[in-house]
Amino acid sequence: MIDFLFYVFAALAVAGALGMLLNTRNTVAGALSLVGTMVSLGAIYVLLDAYLIGALQILVYAGAIVVLFLFVVMLLNLREDAFSPERLRFTKLIGVAIGALVGVELLLLLPAALGPAATVPADFGGYRMVGAALFTDWVLAFEVTSLLLLAAMVGAVVLAKRSID
Amino acid sequence: MLVEKAVALSVILFVLGTLGAVTRRNLIVILMSIELMLNAVNLALIAFSRQWGDLAGHVFVLMVIVVAAAEVAVGLGIVIALFRNRESINVEDSSLLKW
Repeated sequence: MIDFLFYVFAALAVAGALGMLLNTRNTVAGALSLVGTMVSLGAIYVLLDAYLIGALQILVYAGAIVVLFLFVVMLLNLREDAFSPERLRFTKLIGVAIGALVGVELLLLLPAALGPAATVPADFGGYRMVGAALFTDWVLAFEVTSLLLLAAMVGAVVLAKRSID
Repeated sequence: MLVEKAVALSVILFVLGTLGAVTRRNLIVILMSIELMLNAVNLALIAFSRQWGDLAGHVFVLMVIVVAAAEVAVGLGIVIALFRNRESINVEDSSLLKW
């Protein structure tokens, strides 16, 4: 059953990614395909016992980040003819070939590399265990994160406020 | 078994994201492709975290989500500033740093 669900959500995730990648005409539709990918990944996180991360994935990515993308797409009001058809240059073909080669190689190497998964307690990945890890072992990283968010917020406001000279 | 499949899916999504970042010319789509790559990495981290029964991967994914949110905020700020100045978000129209 878990395998079946995994295949369903994996297919949805790949389909959403391809929809975002191949849709050269409509950026809004591309962003909505990305929402499908994010939600499917959230479901796969739950299958992998990462309950808190699965919920946060849907809240933050599908709920906040992609909505930010949609705001900007609609703010800029891009016309369909703003992009001439993509040229497939020779270098791009080489890039695609090398990327596919690396992908196939990784896929071939993977199955032999891992043993059976560890047995984990029942609430592994719940808010209690992740919170305990976050606020004891990783509390410094957590605090530094707030500084990063502040810097990003100031940077975004300054960048979007006035034009570059 | 589920872990290996999840890592395989993560490889596929990462390659798709790389392809999008390299071949597309719409700056917003490039940013979305980078988000896709970050998500693929998150999936791999969650899968390996499950494999070894270690919660450090979950904490790391939280950090990656924060960095992704910050990156999108700054990146879209740059996109808006660029559009104000050049009336275009086609990356081939912004080639001052290209040699």
